[in-house]
Amino acid sequence: MRFRDYLSLFLVIILGFIIFQAFDGTIDNGLNIKQFGEVNLSERTSIHYINKDVNNESTQIIYNESKNPESGSANYVTSIIANYRALDTLGEITVLFIAAAGLAFVLGDHNKNNAFASDASFIVKIGVKILFPLLFLLGIYIIIHGHLTPGGGFQGGAVIATAILLKFLAYKDYKLNHTGLTILESFAGISFLIIGLIGLYTDGSFLTNFLANGTIGTLFSAGVIPIIYILIGIKVGAELSGIISNLINA
Amino acid sequence: MMILSYLLILLMIIGALAAVLFENLLNSIISLGLISLIAAALMFILKAPDVAMTEAIIGAGLTTSIFIFTLIKINRGDSQ
Repeated sequence: MRFRDYLSLFLVIILGFIIFQAFDGTIDNGLNIKQFGEVNLSERTSIHYINKDVNNESTQIIYNESKNPESGSANYVTSIIANYRALDTLGEITVLFIAAAGLAFVLGDHNKNNAFASDASFIVKIGVKILFPLLFLLGIYIIIHGHLTPGGGFQGGAVIATAILLKFLAYKDYKLNHTGLTILESFAGISFLIIGLIGLYTDGSFLTNFLANGTIGTLFSAGVIPIIYILIGIKVGAELSGIISNLINA
Repeated sequence: MMILSYLLILLMIIGALAAVLFENLLNSIISLGLISLIAAALMFILKAPDVAMTEAIIGAGLTTSIFIFTLIKINRGDSQ
């Protein structure tokens, strides 16, 4: 072993110790990742997101009863992603868009053949025929219930892209309609911005939740959050499908 | 649950070592997918289902397949 190998081993051991002590708490600085339920939440910033009192409007949140809380999403990860920090999400989908656009710029020749020389076997084809609608439905479910259950636009869009990937794996002549994908993607992106601008016009800040929040925990609640998440789902699904299609047909 | 976590972490370290040490690149990519899958399971144990879902779909599913397609392209370029 050369000196370089020893140095990298030493660095890996130090990094491993740092990660281990973050969980184990050998050096207790109050910021360790603790077991579920052992954290004193009142010391953390996240308590404001959980109780939905970021603007100091302290109300008690009761599932299925509270009406019009500060952010109407029952899943508070979603209320951070699509409401409190929606500008970050806009940046994230812009990054994904630029990645997809760059890939399409380099590899976007749709006249070439698939990566595979022949169709997959009979069993794979029948399996994909059964799995494809189920996976697509699961993706749509995850997107629509993003403000109630774990998951949301990004995860559901990725599930839909995975379903499209299965189609590509099974049939060598499968082609996506890239014009349709572009229209879907542009529609979702522009609608996201328009929703943000409507918030700016009515309530004075970009991407404000300008609709009524409704009862927390019901499907039609949380104002613009489900709409934003459905648009993100369409955008992410179309972009990831385009990336897969460009890679396979390159 | 603690023992299960340690077992999963041990499996993850073995997967990471395998990803580096395999001569065949396809085996390395599959090891990387295994690491992502175990990371998703660990995040679920740590009560973070949102992150676990993202990691399982993107890390174990899409990234693995994109790497494999890239590998197919590279191998085809070699043979020509």
